[in-house]
Amino acid sequence: MKKSINQIIFAAGALILWEGLSLAKIWPPYLFPTPLGVAQALWDGFKDHTLLIGIEVSLRRVIIGYAIAVVAGILLGMLLASNQFLEDTLGHVILSLQSLPSACWVPIALLWFGLSETAIIFVTITGSLLAITQATKAGFDNVPRILSMAGRNLGAKGPQLFFFVMLPASLPYLIDGLRQGWAFAWRSLITGEMIYISLGLGQVLMAGRDLNDINLVVAVMALIAMLGYIVDGLVFRRLDTSLRQRWGITTAASR
Amino acid sequence: MSNYVLELISRSIAGGRVLPENEKVTVTENIEPNPPVKAPQTEAAPALARESISLSGVFRSYKNSRGSFTPALQNIDLEIEQGEFVCIVGPSGCGKSTLLHLIAGLDRPTTGEVAVDGRPVEGPGTDRILLFQELGLFPWLTVRENVEFGMKMAGVSRNERRERAHIFLKMVHLSHFEDHFVHQLSGGMRQRVALARSLTLKPKILLMDEPFAALDAQTRDMLHDELERLWKETSPTVVFVTHNVREAVRLGDRVLLMSFRPGRIKSQFQVSLNRPRHVEDSDVAHLSKEILGQLREEIDRSFNAEYSSEEKH
Repeated sequence: MKKSINQIIFAAGALILWEGLSLAKIWPPYLFPTPLGVAQALWDGFKDHTLLIGIEVSLRRVIIGYAIAVVAGILLGMLLASNQFLEDTLGHVILSLQSLPSACWVPIALLWFGLSETAIIFVTITGSLLAITQATKAGFDNVPRILSMAGRNLGAKGPQLFFFVMLPASLPYLIDGLRQGWAFAWRSLITGEMIYISLGLGQVLMAGRDLNDINLVVAVMALIAMLGYIVDGLVFRRLDTSLRQRWGITTAASR
Repeated sequence: MSNYVLELISRSIAGGRVLPENEKVTVTENIEPNPPVKAPQTEAAPALARESISLSGVFRSYKNSRGSFTPALQNIDLEIEQGEFVCIVGPSGCGKSTLLHLIAGLDRPTTGEVAVDGRPVEGPGTDRILLFQELGLFPWLTVRENVEFGMKMAGVSRNERRERAHIFLKMVHLSHFEDHFVHQLSGGMRQRVALARSLTLKPKILLMDEPFAALDAQTRDMLHDELERLWKETSPTVVFVTHNVREAVRLGDRVLLMSFRPGRIKSQFQVSLNRPRHVEDSDVAHLSKEILGQLREEIDRSFNAEYSSEEKH
């Protein structure tokens, strides 16, 4: 309760400050957006369906890319966790690739796939795949030995041991990785969408730049941030909370 | 069959067994119509001798951080009868847990052989359930799901699993906690969940690794009673590792004392006191004192070893 009151006060304060700054006209209006201008841009965007189409197209792409990244990332992570040779070799390659920002994958995507849907999804996958791989590997590496021993002792072997012991035991790490992977996928998608007339939110953002419409640019940025936040809250924070309650893990955040 | 006999004979030769008293006990306690004639023959009939666990010439060493090998167990020759309750005491680092892991099949001897019911142990099996000191309960499952786990792995049907889990949870007085998660239970309750989880598989052998070490005295007393009752009801062979000598005398038919690194069986004590016993009984105290005297020597040795290794560094 107190939390939401604080949030409302903060939002109201920020709006007033913003409006005040824009009224003061310290910066020229084509460089500084106004609250009303941004609201107008959002209204217009939804009215002519640009933003709705943008949301739909972007969400579809991110879902495809993220789904592929999740499956491939988990498989790759398991492979690395189970094979010392792969960990010593490929594991380090993956670690170093992780420092590449997603924009670095755009040129190679364009060369390989051209100006296409595939190129955008490729950029999305590269963004989140490695984070999920790392988290999966860490999850499997950190399964307490006692749990796998207990599982074996109670007759679990092979796939049983994997699905009923190793996988659930690595969930705390895995969920963190999936959450991070989601954020990376969303960011990379927007980067990828800025490369051509792709209908997604990233392209609407670039359109705002081309039209010199600062209000549209900020409106789309806000929309992108909101969508990322909503998915995180609806899916990942819930998963995380229910897992913590089950396992009895308390953290500063949940207390 | 002939292979099996040959194997047993060669094992008894290779093992160089040196526990004649133990053998005598085994023979006299069993009502056997034919007196044993030759050693190999008595060996070849484990069903008659009713030996449940047999370790011969077991040696286990581990690679340490400096790259050389530290022996954990050495020259372990041990026969445990079916339904016997054997307690093992010794200073920490004497390989007690290693011994249990070997019997459970979670670890393998460097040399020597571990056999259960006359068959060499080649891996874990649900006829031998190990109760870990850290329990190893699964935090993502409810109490009931934890208890059902072994049965689920064995392919027992859903309804039967539920039924059996309920029976065993009732046995350990936890039927009202079936839907709780592990972290919502006290230490003693968790211990009982682990016990119930182990018993659902009706193991012939129950291996317990300092199960009650972390509990307060009252809870421990209660669990002693409960364990003794469950043992009588389900009659598994029990190997119980503890550092608490009184606990060992309270529970065991036999108490083995292990020596400090490398772990050997230094001496053994037959506990012929009537059951039920209590830790505060004077007979229990008397025998405990005798065992404790020998245990102290080993603890001193372990302290000296640690002290001198610290001196060197």
